[in-house]
Amino acid sequence: MKKNRIGVGVVALAAASALVLTGCSSGGSSSTPTSSANLSAVITANGSEPQNPLIPTNTQETGGGRIVDSIFAGLVYYDATGKPINDAADSITTTDSQTFTIKLKANQTFSDGTPVTSNSFVKAWQYGALLSNAQLNQSFFAPIEGYSATADSPLTGLTVVDDTTFTVKLSAPQADFPLELGYDAFYPLPDSAYANMTAYGTDPIGNGPYKLASPTAWQHNVQIDLVPNTSYTGGRKVQNGGLTIKFYADLGAAYADLQGNNLDVLDSIPSADLATFQNDLGSRAVNEPTAVFQSFTIPGRDAHFSGQEGQLRRQALSESIDRDTITKVIFNGTRTPASDFTSPVINGWTDSLSGASSLKYNPDDAKKLWAEADAISPWSGTFQIGYNADGDHQAWVDAVSNSIKNTLGIDASGAPVPTFAAFRTSVTDKSINTAFRTGWQADYPGLSDFLVPLYSTSGSSNDGQYSNPAVDALFTKASAETSTDAANQDYQDAQNILLKDLPAIPLWYSNITGGYGTSVSNVSFGWNSEPLYYAITKS
Amino acid sequence: MGGYILRRLLQAIPVFFGTTFLIYFMVFAMPGDPIIAMFGDKTPNPALVAQLRAQYHLDQPFIVQYFIYIGGIFRGDFGISYSGVPVGDILLRTFPVTLKLAVIALFFETVFGIVVGLISGLRKGKLFDASSLVISLILISLPIFVIAFVGQYVFGVQLGWARTTVGPGAPVADLILPALVLASISFAQIVRLTRSSVIETSSLDFVRTAYSKGLSRNRIVPVHILRNSLIPVVTYLATDFGVLLVGATVTEGIFNVPGVGNTLYQAIIRSEGPTVVSFVTVMVLLYLVVNLIVDLLYGLLDPRIRYVK
Repeated sequence: MKKNRIGVGVVALAAASALVLTGCSSGGSSSTPTSSANLSAVITANGSEPQNPLIPTNTQETGGGRIVDSIFAGLVYYDATGKPINDAADSITTTDSQTFTIKLKANQTFSDGTPVTSNSFVKAWQYGALLSNAQLNQSFFAPIEGYSATADSPLTGLTVVDDTTFTVKLSAPQADFPLELGYDAFYPLPDSAYANMTAYGTDPIGNGPYKLASPTAWQHNVQIDLVPNTSYTGGRKVQNGGLTIKFYADLGAAYADLQGNNLDVLDSIPSADLATFQNDLGSRAVNEPTAVFQSFTIPGRDAHFSGQEGQLRRQALSESIDRDTITKVIFNGTRTPASDFTSPVINGWTDSLSGASSLKYNPDDAKKLWAEADAISPWSGTFQIGYNADGDHQAWVDAVSNSIKNTLGIDASGAPVPTFAAFRTSVTDKSINTAFRTGWQADYPGLSDFLVPLYSTSGSSNDGQYSNPAVDALFTKASAETSTDAANQDYQDAQNILLKDLPAIPLWYSNITGGYGTSVSNVSFGWNSEPLYYAITKS
Repeated sequence: MGGYILRRLLQAIPVFFGTTFLIYFMVFAMPGDPIIAMFGDKTPNPALVAQLRAQYHLDQPFIVQYFIYIGGIFRGDFGISYSGVPVGDILLRTFPVTLKLAVIALFFETVFGIVVGLISGLRKGKLFDASSLVISLILISLPIFVIAFVGQYVFGVQLGWARTTVGPGAPVADLILPALVLASISFAQIVRLTRSSVIETSSLDFVRTAYSKGLSRNRIVPVHILRNSLIPVVTYLATDFGVLLVGATVTEGIFNVPGVGNTLYQAIIRSEGPTVVSFVTVMVLLYLVVNLIVDLLYGLLDPRIRYVK
């Protein structure tokens, strides 16, 4: 039980990179209410107490993200497959992939009746990007001209043309910039927000499909009550009478509530119940891949892991891990073995990259490669994988270590760090001197989000300090392409290099594990593993 | 007696400073940077981290942080949680829930514990006594989370007699199951305490005298035996009330009770210094007060006990 509780805390933290965009169904077909559906029935779903006030630019963990996504509408939203669909925007156009002209739909309002204008977006973005406002999503404005990570600097690239038109100039061409615009950092704010941002964050006024039921609808540590926002005219049409998100500190309690018919939708199964939940719930169980990629990173600064020797050793390690067995035995099939560095739910993903053979379990080849590396410089010591001991990581780290140990005949073990905070601190300040577990949950559905921050030389989350000019060049080329297919081809070329260099050893993609109650239907999960709450119907 | 109370209350002052200092220090010494942990598996921009550290005074030396916090408490300001809610408000919202849960649990353990203990004591060695002994042994040896999970699964999921978790506003009906779980272990203790105390009292001279005077058993048992057997039980109950008040983290977690234990647990996970310290401080003070009341109760129950100035 204890383990579970701790697991949950850490899942919440680990998912902090997750900004959870509201997914959406692609339209009418799946959201048509069935005859028995009751349009006034309130859906209950699990969540966790938001860690920050509900301000879009300051929300980057799932607890707050799922609420923010429900009560705000950005320029675009993503359908269940991750395709961006205009929400508040009427059109987003560009001729050079550097300056984008954004036109808003006319006559949109926030739930308090004030109009949604170009300024609602531009001022909110300026607020989010200003360093002294200390917004957690500040780095999302980095592509826009004028952004500074180290000083207060207005986004000079934002120009208001009229009430429903504004332009965004980036500091360098980036063709998939519009794909990012469904992320919550880019949501608009009403003018009333700026007077007292903290107070606004406890009773936010948004422009999304739902709004807070009352100024006190957020009962801290208990639940938040949302009702449909009748002034919302976008594509995410609400098919139920409201949404109550209950906060659980312990996922076990949420699972018991689902079984006891006290909860309609659960988006995560506690690890203790992973082995049995598909039996318990039958067809109401959900287990499908999502946009979460897991790996362990071996920093190039570690002895024996740079240059030619490093490349051989990384490939040997990767080929000595039996991913199929580990995902089956340790995770009960709730992980999918990785075949690249991204995720199967992302447009452009393929399981047939030519370099992907380095991710196949191949003990003989692994031994051969390790011996070749030993010829360059003999191995000594123990290969260790660092992880935070307050999460559910020990089982798989031990399994991976054993797989390496048995295949290569070297000492391998886990290196637990007591808390998530201590673990991330040592990774961030580069003081960790072992390999370490890494995970990535995409913020927007593009290959670039899985690759550029992690493996480009100047990448913001390049914790392994990997640098390869060929990879950097392909990333730059990809972002300047005008067609998505051409850009995806560049990213795949880059991935083929990464599969040789293996700055991180890909392990598996996380699945969504969830379930829903007997009285709800039309439950589906978006590309980012968030349930599409607005489409759910309840009898 | 007034002087005694005053002296005990004065003793609470160094305890208050000692505990806040110690707890604050322990939160401060927790490994890792809570600001970096806010960003999950992402690596944050160092300038932004510096801004946030300054906002929560985390860039100050420990002793400065401590005095900023203590200074706030004397102005009635317990600090602000990361989600922008004043910690004082959280305290005001969670303590009544835990208080309600504690009172219900106390009610169950008192009523059932004393009744069963009394019958056991009066029928020493009989079938009822033997079986209540076995049951209390089982309850004492079971970890509370096992009782909680089984209770939740059987009564909540399978039979549907109770809600699996506690709903908004923590209505009494929802709190009965978690209260029974909490009461179960103390129930076993009270049974054994009452039983041995009743056996002891039953063999005392004044009970024999009462019988020989021809008083009826219906009068002797409640008035002479039970009343005089209750001193150790009342002491235990008062202490147990203190324990229940400072939160039952495990049980509150399993039943998702929005009380003290659950909230404190989440705050620890997030390294939210002000929340953790304020909660623990209030708990310590409550515990001191309850202990004082227990000590005063001795005097009321047993006039032979006197308090020296």
